[in-house]
Amino acid sequence: MTKNYVGAVLIIGGGVSGIQASLDLAESGLKVYLVEKNPSIGGGMAQLDKTFPTNDCSMCILAPKMVEVARHPNIELITYAEVKEVKGHVGNFRIKIQKNPRYVDEKTCNGCGLCAEKCPVLIPNEFDSNIGAQKVIGLPFPQAVPAVYTIYKDFCIECRSCEFVCDKKAINFQQEPQEIQINVGAIIVSTGHAVFDAAKKSVYKFGIYKNVITSLEFERLLSASGPTQGHVIKFSDGQEPKNIAFIQCVGSRDEKIGNPYCSRVCCMYATKEAIIAKEHNRNLEITIFFMDLRAYGKAFQEYVQRARDEYGINYIRARVSDIQEDTKTNNLIIKYIDTVTSEYKKFEADMVVLSCGLVKQNNAEKLAQILNTELDENGFFKEKDLKTAPMDTAIPGIYICGTAQGPKDIPDSVAQGSGAAARAVIPIAEARGTLIKEKIFPLEKLVTIEEEPRIGVFVCHCGTNIAGVVNIPEVVNHAKSLPNVVYATNTVYACADDAQTQIKKAINDYNLNRVVVASCTPRTHEVLFRGTLKEGGLNPYLFEMANIREHSSWVHTHEPQEATERAKDQLRMAAAKARLLRPQEEKEIPVIPSALVIGAGISGMMAALNIADQGFKVYLVDKKSEPGGLLKEIYKVFPTNGYSKDVLEPIIKKVKEHNNIELLTSSTVKEVVGYIGNFDVKISREDQDILVKVGTIVVATGSQEFKPNGMFGYGKHPNVMTQLELEQKLANHELKNPKNIVMIQCVGAREENGRTYCSRVCCAVALKNAQTIKEMYPNCDVSICYRDIQSFGKKHEEYYEKTQEIGVNFLKYEPEKPPSVNDGKVLVFDNVLRREIELDADYIILSTPLVPTEDAETLSKTLKVPRSPDGFFAEAHAKLRPVEFMSDGIYLCGCAQGPKDITDSVSQACGAASRAIVPMAKGKIKLEALTTFVDIDVCIGCGQCVKICSFNAIKLKEIKPGISKADVEEVICKGCGGCVPTCPTGALSQKGFETIQIRSMVKAFLEE
Amino acid sequence: MKYPKIVTFLCSWCGYGGADTAGVSRFQYPPSIRVIRVMCSGRVDSAIILEAFELGADGVLVCGCHPGDCHYSDGNLKAEKRINDLKQILELVGFGSERLRLEWVSASEGAKFASVVKEFTEEITEIGPNPLKK
Repeated sequence: MTKNYVGAVLIIGGGVSGIQASLDLAESGLKVYLVEKNPSIGGGMAQLDKTFPTNDCSMCILAPKMVEVARHPNIELITYAEVKEVKGHVGNFRIKIQKNPRYVDEKTCNGCGLCAEKCPVLIPNEFDSNIGAQKVIGLPFPQAVPAVYTIYKDFCIECRSCEFVCDKKAINFQQEPQEIQINVGAIIVSTGHAVFDAAKKSVYKFGIYKNVITSLEFERLLSASGPTQGHVIKFSDGQEPKNIAFIQCVGSRDEKIGNPYCSRVCCMYATKEAIIAKEHNRNLEITIFFMDLRAYGKAFQEYVQRARDEYGINYIRARVSDIQEDTKTNNLIIKYIDTVTSEYKKFEADMVVLSCGLVKQNNAEKLAQILNTELDENGFFKEKDLKTAPMDTAIPGIYICGTAQGPKDIPDSVAQGSGAAARAVIPIAEARGTLIKEKIFPLEKLVTIEEEPRIGVFVCHCGTNIAGVVNIPEVVNHAKSLPNVVYATNTVYACADDAQTQIKKAINDYNLNRVVVASCTPRTHEVLFRGTLKEGGLNPYLFEMANIREHSSWVHTHEPQEATERAKDQLRMAAAKARLLRPQEEKEIPVIPSALVIGAGISGMMAALNIADQGFKVYLVDKKSEPGGLLKEIYKVFPTNGYSKDVLEPIIKKVKEHNNIELLTSSTVKEVVGYIGNFDVKISREDQDILVKVGTIVVATGSQEFKPNGMFGYGKHPNVMTQLELEQKLANHELKNPKNIVMIQCVGAREENGRTYCSRVCCAVALKNAQTIKEMYPNCDVSICYRDIQSFGKKHEEYYEKTQEIGVNFLKYEPEKPPSVNDGKVLVFDNVLRREIELDADYIILSTPLVPTEDAETLSKTLKVPRSPDGFFAEAHAKLRPVEFMSDGIYLCGCAQGPKDITDSVSQACGAASRAIVPMAKGKIKLEALTTFVDIDVCIGCGQCVKICSFNAIKLKEIKPGISKADVEEVICKGCGGCVPTCPTGALSQKGFETIQIRSMVKAFLEE
Repeated sequence: MKYPKIVTFLCSWCGYGGADTAGVSRFQYPPSIRVIRVMCSGRVDSAIILEAFELGADGVLVCGCHPGDCHYSDGNLKAEKRINDLKQILELVGFGSERLRLEWVSASEGAKFASVVKEFTEEITEIGPNPLKK
């Protein structure tokens, strides 16, 4: 039965979460319309110089994803456009989109940039926070996707010089807004956030004093591709600053300006910006004025520690009340209250950076109205249920992710992007595959290495980008003189459609069996030309590129003869390699459409449900006799104060009743062999082995509470207990008429050595239990001794406020002077009184961190997946691959990856489910073609390559009794070639990068 | 010799990306290098580097990802070890190690790539041509 559901999804907003959602959906058989209001996708992440806590270059990791979106056959990118109308319902929404005029034809423009060169009008560059300048016609940034220019008509003087120079005739001043109508089955809102307007916080004098700048401006100053090429300067005099002060919580945690919430990222990005600035200039002094230091994520606490210890960055707990400028020096005098000692102090800096918070997107109200969805009181999109459905809205078929739902960092946004994709498919899963097409290619011509190479060479002018510097006829003539080159020609734009036709025709007319294109970079264009070869009936790997634009005409602009020489050399080297290229096979292997989920806590169950709801079989394994995990031991949940069992029970019921889920309790995973698509799993259940075959695996083994034996009298005195133990007592009403309860935070967490990390949830747990105590025993005094209150989640800051309002005492302690316990009393150093004070305590509650489960180590060995230094499982990439392992086909979520609350666990669980579904929905996976291969006649079985491979892709295989040879598991090999140099006999080769091929290039260069 | 001949191996993800960014940003550098793209700096064989010197290369430059950024986890560190070993050998045989250089260049570091090439070219020019050049 078909309900005529549309197998397409509309994604509104092309930032990192929208990009992730698009790719997951397109890869799993849905047609995607990605609508972006700006000229390019990329969102907020594109503007960042680096990302915390790994200092990865932001654009370097994002740009490949952007290109992937642009190239994906199932994604239709609609940029510079807005959603105007939404009608219909889940399964069949009718959408009207308005595409704004760029005044440049998207299909014709090839991004050569001549127009911008000739354009005489400069305007502030919005991408660079308006610090630098750009032309009226331009790309928002060099890596923009699509690489199509836009005329910002409001500033255009219509001199038409762009029109004059554009030989593609792409400029069109007559363009009008265009209405596009589409039908989709589901909608994902990933519209992101805006940055708080610092001018609204008038005491900081942004826009008045030149040397008070925003954190985003500072980020652009730090960027090597920014307006100052990475030189940090003061706007007052263009000199380098010597002493920078960061002010935190600008537009966050500020009820007065209407943003009561924590923006969740500012403590970390300020630390990052400070570190990067110090890397630029070691003599710089940096001070960060903060309220609570919220370094709650994986490796965040350690990052801050490094900022203090290695970079000498100074952190001051304070509230800044005023900034004044010294009119002579333009230096800034910061007045603040040191909130540790309650003293008023002054600080002089020559630059102030305001760490601005994340606020609702400007058009949030309008969009919410169009979608008929709700916003929360802060203007972010409201989820159906904060704990268990953070990516659903009240409207079936409409989902949310990323900072549109609330402030969050990149990995949390990416996890939600994937998660929203999983949610969006569920109601329309039956329409999967109905709107996507697979391309059909002609039969490939048989080419062997023995037959005479017949090389065709195409030298690109790229308009005048190359031809303006490099002497193209000279290069073409040189090509003609090279051995085996049977055809050489020039082409104005090798990437244009007409050139593709020209290449395909030449393959046929001249019986070519190798093609070389001398043009731009293979990093963006190799895929295109390989596709052209495929369409021309030639194996796509019989192709080589010479980069004579980025690597010649653009970098030797003033030495045209040298640029021409380099172009000739690079082309000759490419042709030399091309001669030796072999056809390669893009192998595909089938994927078993079932998954193994290890761990049946909230994360594991949510992952299992999301996979099962899309029609795939799930084996859900848990070592305990009942599902539910850690949540079973919890009484109430924050910040809703609902009962944990009300969250858990409906989910357990669904899991138990689901036709596609086979729940295996009291079971452990004993053995896993195989690879993505094809794992053989041995599960042991009460002395019995169960064998299952699955295509993908999700690790959701959770965590456990640290038991602080010997600390603060724990283990000796029955009234000293952990938060989890307290929850049990509260649930059973077992506390005996308490008068005073003292909680101590960070017990066994954020240590200098050992458990260095912040456990992310303990502060909120303490707030919750304090509220519960106050409710049950209104006369009981509750005190919380804390280091920093980590209330960064949605509604958490408000929850913290409420806890203060109901009379819970908060006592701040420094790690150098921790509280101590003596004779039923807690001694805390009071910073204001500058002496120790005594707190009576009937019960002492220790907030201890979540730690890895005992079986984490065994499981990491069974699955051959790594763990982070903190003992939790290590994701593939801290930023962009938060819910998957480096090993393909194995995913992770929840507390197994690191401590987190229910909301974040559920987001990750849905995200991991989406990632696991992708290969199963495709039913097959394409393997890397350029893998390593072994000449077993030459291999001596020494095993050097086995040792060096980071992916365990090579094994020694016994081919005869006593004789073993290296054997490459092609499914696992990533094609880095790192093993090849270790082979003492030259038995290893990397396809496409064979030693003989590389040597031929060296020779072609040097032997000329 | 106006410009030395420098064989340059760039990993596809970072070094090559950095060279591309230098191009996109129009950072000018001396036309001394010729680029050979490899997927990972860990692929670069010592034997190929030696052969380049034998054939008369005045310098060999290898650029990979910064530690921690390797697309293949730690190929760049493999390259570092091999190149350090090779440098010792080059010292031992009296050829000197200054003609061989390994640099970390991320895909965004166009300016760094240009300055690496410029400095290396100047240094090689100062040392003079490869004595093995026929």
